[in-house]
Amino acid sequence: MEIKQAAMVGTLESSDIQISISPNPSKGISIELQSVVKAQFGDAIVATMTEVLESFGIKDAIVNAVDRGALEWIIRARMQSACCKATGTRFDWKGEDK
Amino acid sequence: MQTAKLKRTSLYVSGASPINMIQAAFYNEDCLVYDLEDSVPNSEKDDARLVVYNTVRYHRPANKYVIIRVNGIYSEYIDEDLEAAVRANPDAIRIPKVEYKEEVIRICQRITEIEKAAGMQVGKIEVWCNIESYLGLINAYEIATADERVVALALGAEDFTASMKSHRTKEGLEIFYARNALLTACRHAGVEAIDAVFSDINDLEGLKEDTALTRNLGFDGKTCVHPRQIDVVNSFFTPSKKEIKYALRVLQAVEEGKKQKKGAVTLDGSMIDKPMELRARTTLAQAEAAGINVEEELL
Repeated sequence: MEIKQAAMVGTLESSDIQISISPNPSKGISIELQSVVKAQFGDAIVATMTEVLESFGIKDAIVNAVDRGALEWIIRARMQSACCKATGTRFDWKGEDK
Repeated sequence: MQTAKLKRTSLYVSGASPINMIQAAFYNEDCLVYDLEDSVPNSEKDDARLVVYNTVRYHRPANKYVIIRVNGIYSEYIDEDLEAAVRANPDAIRIPKVEYKEEVIRICQRITEIEKAAGMQVGKIEVWCNIESYLGLINAYEIATADERVVALALGAEDFTASMKSHRTKEGLEIFYARNALLTACRHAGVEAIDAVFSDINDLEGLKEDTALTRNLGFDGKTCVHPRQIDVVNSFFTPSKKEIKYALRVLQAVEEGKKQKKGAVTLDGSMIDKPMELRARTTLAQAEAAGINVEEELL
């Protein structure tokens, strides 16, 4: 799936994460993460974001994330929202039934 | 201690606020209502839906009766809200501003369709209907009996008073009839009755007075808008030791009367009639639901 427009979701409040996605034509995935827990959980946060990108079939994107201690499922939800907005698609609820 | 059966307190928490959602799991409310409606700005509906879905489906809090309040039946969000809410598999879906039984039937049919499509157990998700207008109140019994999924009606006083052109006061005289009418419909339908919120979160004395009325009228619980209201409301719906002891003595007297084949029995000089027995049984059921060992109260 292709990134059609830049999108930003989430907040800078505690336990949340703000994610922005923008196009990166033919240059792959680039993820920049700021987090107070980057040393402990940076790899896990990036893994969650990468997994969501893959589930949307996104191969080229610049992702900037500012984490305020969000839990895994909040990161996943915010990333799903960001992908929907950036690709101009609705979330595939039937895909959750697999 | 709580059990999943208790519905003394229902705490609304906005799907737009991850921090509030996470904290809400640690309070003492019996029912946790993840809200997609009034507390979520239109610009954040899609984001909140995904946050609530992921939370309820994959990390729902233990020992809570989990509810998702969807957007209005005629809103542009309802279809996708239901797709998400059903798949999240909460204990119940709370529908705002219900006015006709046909609305409940339509929503319940849609829930069933999604359950089947998703390969879920059909019929497990319950439905709460918010009664928030004079039309909803007039049709309360029909709404409560529209579908087997409906297990509770909840009064929404702010919208109700707006529909009545009445003014909302702390004393609540303007909703006194609505409270009684809703309760009557719920008792006849055999569903639970949940009272309206007390909006001033800084007035705990006012909350106590309001909740005392809520309990005395016969409601099963009350909706809360702030965590500080929870323990106050819970306390009113949890029988005291004195009440439990009295209930036990009433039932002992009834049993003794049966053994002795007495037509009428007395306790402390007063005759015990059927309503007193029923109230005693309700008190003990509430105590047991709250995790109180009623037998120990006799010691």
